[in-house]
Amino acid sequence: MTDSLAAAAGLGPAIVDPVVALQAGWLADGPLFGLPLTELWFALVFFILGTFLFLDGFDFGVGVLFATRDSPSDREQLLAAIGPFWDGNEVWLVVFGGALFAAFPAVYATLFSRHYLLMFAILGALIVRGLAPEMYEQRHDDAWQRWWGRAFVVGSTAAPLFLGIFAANWLLGATALVSIPSVVVGVALVALSTTGGAAFLGLKTRGRVQRETTAYGPRALFAYLALVVVAVAYLLATRPDLRGTLIAPATLALLVASVGLGAAYVVAMRRESYVGALVATAGLTYGLVALIASVLYPVIDPVTGLTVADAIVSTIPLNLMSVGAALLLPLVFAYFVVLYSAFWGPVEEGEGYAGE
Amino acid sequence: MIEPALASRLQFALTTIVHIIFPVMSMGLAPFLVYFTWKDIRTGKPVYEQLRRFWTKIFAVSFVVGTVTGIVLEFEFGTNFAAFSTAAGELFGGPLAVEGMMAFMLEATFLGVFVFGRKRVGDVLYMISAVAVGLGTWLSAVWILVANSWMQTPRGYELVVEDGQTIVSLVDPIAAYANPRFPWMFVHMQNAAVLSVALFMAGVAAYHLFRHYHWEYPVDHPEFWETTLKVAIVVMLLTAPFQVLHGDAYARHVAETQPQKFAAMEAVWETDSYVPEYIFAVPTDLDDLLNPRAKEIFGIGIPGGASWLVSGGDPSAEITGLNEFETQAPPVAIVFWSFRMMVALGFWFVLLAFWAGYRWWRGQLREDDLLHKSLMASSLLGIFAVELGWIVTEVGRQPWVIQGVMKTADGVSPGLTGFEATLTLVGFGVVYLGLLSLYTYVVARIVRAGPPAIDERSVDDASDRPASSSQAAAAGGEDD
Ligand code: HDD
Ligand code: HEM
Ligand code: HEM
Repeated sequence: MTDSLAAAAGLGPAIVDPVVALQAGWLADGPLFGLPLTELWFALVFFILGTFLFLDGFDFGVGVLFATRDSPSDREQLLAAIGPFWDGNEVWLVVFGGALFAAFPAVYATLFSRHYLLMFAILGALIVRGLAPEMYEQRHDDAWQRWWGRAFVVGSTAAPLFLGIFAANWLLGATALVSIPSVVVGVALVALSTTGGAAFLGLKTRGRVQRETTAYGPRALFAYLALVVVAVAYLLATRPDLRGTLIAPATLALLVASVGLGAAYVVAMRRESYVGALVATAGLTYGLVALIASVLYPVIDPVTGLTVADAIVSTIPLNLMSVGAALLLPLVFAYFVVLYSAFWGPVEEGEGYAGE
Repeated sequence: MIEPALASRLQFALTTIVHIIFPVMSMGLAPFLVYFTWKDIRTGKPVYEQLRRFWTKIFAVSFVVGTVTGIVLEFEFGTNFAAFSTAAGELFGGPLAVEGMMAFMLEATFLGVFVFGRKRVGDVLYMISAVAVGLGTWLSAVWILVANSWMQTPRGYELVVEDGQTIVSLVDPIAAYANPRFPWMFVHMQNAAVLSVALFMAGVAAYHLFRHYHWEYPVDHPEFWETTLKVAIVVMLLTAPFQVLHGDAYARHVAETQPQKFAAMEAVWETDSYVPEYIFAVPTDLDDLLNPRAKEIFGIGIPGGASWLVSGGDPSAEITGLNEFETQAPPVAIVFWSFRMMVALGFWFVLLAFWAGYRWWRGQLREDDLLHKSLMASSLLGIFAVELGWIVTEVGRQPWVIQGVMKTADGVSPGLTGFEATLTLVGFGVVYLGLLSLYTYVVARIVRAGPPAIDERSVDDASDRPASSSQAAAAGGEDD
């Protein structure tokens, strides 16, 4: 097949006239206000990824902890805890895809198509996780709820697992579907999600459910920290090319900070300051993402060696997107403030997942 | 193994055809829910609370399934159409990113408040959340249709060669995003969504009324269903004729901007004048069914109709035949028959709307069982017409993925293997069939269960509003 794009000028029907007078004016005169927009978008893409992993992470964690609950009323409380939130949280993944596509189209395309089966595994897990709570509430017989309960646990566990594998593959430039370090990172992400889930349930439940679910938090945290150490040690041993970036001061600082945040988490959970524990989890999540970003930079796709400067879109769309993001992201944060403040405090009596 | 390009196209077709069902439900329900919520808050009449709660349940299920199927689509541009995404990312990525931040965020966060928050927030914030959810669904349509319409009538770009790769570079955002197709598409799509939901509502209401009045199998709230039917009829009367009038003008615009697609819609192979427009078309033999040519079809044709349509009034106008184009024709049969079926359905909906409106005017809404049966049979046809319209739009654009700029075959991910593509195609075939069955099952259960009983005050607060079921019975009947 000939490259239709290259031939397009001659082939297209006459009505398509590609050369339109340049109206973009100020948008075309280099980056707005001379800002380092390329770097800002690199940071923003990872910030959005981190926000998704933190916010939807605690939903995943609640799904993992769902496995430890047997009684219908406990289960109901867990579902009601995430009911109003999970959808908004998950949109950060959509925005991550959109932002990557808009700012670094070549990376979006090569990364997603290279990890073809993995992407569909992530999607499959998200489908199951998203459907399960809604379906669980549709019927009240045992068999139905048992199966959808299982589906919820499986989807909530598989999603962070595959997402972790994806993140590790991206960082390591791995082309194989799975490898030892990527699976370790995947399991670490499940543990981190559980850490957040336990803190979130501390906020949203009371009494026995609260006591029992929050107890899993510190354990999950230790598992997370241990797995990160394993992953880093494994990489130091097997990937000499990465030693330089892994032993750099920035990386070490992030690792030390993680341990500090971990300690803060444990203390906060002990003191039943669950907001504090969630903030610590957020710090851990952003820390992990920052670690990945700082090891990558300035390369954005290790397999092709593409750097941020190579992959960034041209000036006009870049400026346009920057204006769009600057206007919209504050609004988005405002929506989240409305949502989280409306549902602040524990799940109330009779507040089932189905809402009314 | 299916070849990667074909498998990717089939997979994209399958996943979008399933996805669009749910946005149609949620975009179409949005204005109804805003209205019901407003009336519920303002009048405190139980029937509006029932309407709001009943249709919110269906909205919530549709939204969840719409979300899980939509994320798949967004990822598919990268996984299956990497070459397209790389080349056109500058124009295509922006609308998707903005859609996420502007529309999905608005919708998903306020939906939390709207579905779960009646007890927790005051009337004003509750009303705001209903509007925000509705606005979110409509803004999603704006941005996704900006992206799609640009693929139909690309503008505002320049082809640039970067490192030996040709990139479609954005030079004029206004020309690109406010491209000629966009307003047509947006109006036609949104009106179609509202019409489809009105048809669905009417069908559901007719089912309950039919059971109640004909089978004498009493349902709990006949007055609720009568109100639902009346609301649906009003909306059908407004949207069905508009859809047909608008579609007629829209077809002319398509003929101007995508003549090859129009020729396929009319199955015109040889350039000709006085081309008739077939309202009902029957092929003379089986070959013509699969490979239709306007000349070999029997039917009720308006002489010179198609010519008249393209030119806006001249029956002798020439239509360029498919054989004139250098590029291969799109699959003509699919485009031709889908277009005919959409148009036929459009006229049927107009008829149905006037018929129902007439019965209501004569006060015979409960009696006409043929009307009830027709409404029941048509409850899903609106959504079916939407599918047909999209098939015309997308299949008719072939072999281009960006009209006149890039061929579909050049857009497929270069590294994709037949094995991977076939595996996910089969996987999606199974998963999406499951999804559809599940959705149908759940919605059917909600429909059969009917509206929530309003006097169970324990499940709902609203203690500040006096409401009892006797009032519901009294108020529901004459209200619309
Ligand atoms: C309830 C659904 C419905 C009904 C009754 C109709 N349409 Fe439609 N039509 C759609 C729903 C739809 C749609 C699914 O919404 C499409 C797909 C893309 C779009 O913009 O709207 C569409 C596309 C579409 C296109 C292709 C546009 C393109 O290639 O971009 C044309 C020419 C028409 N329509 C014309 C008509 C005519 C002449 C109708 C009746 C006489 C009609 N439509 C009824
Ligand atoms: C939701 C309603 C839609 C439906 C039912 C639909 C249907 C289809 C179908 C049937 C095809 C396959 C055509 C073929 O290969 O013969 C296709 C292809 C495609 N569509 Fe759509 N489409 C929809 C909306 C969109 C939108 C909104 C976009 C862009 C934002 C889009 C972008 C594409 C692309 C990129 C392809 C693949 C390339 C191609 O085959 O042309 N579609 N779609
Ligand atoms: C083929 C291209 C399409 C893509 C890539 C796409 C993408 C998406 C994504 C990612 C979501 C999930 C958002 C969330 O997490 O809340 C979604 C949902 C949605 N999409 Fe699509 N979509 C496509 C076609 C369409 C079309 C043609 C329309 C309507 C005109 C539409 C309207 C919606 C709406 C209203 C939602 C919200 C969920 C719902 O109400 O069902 N989409 N879409």
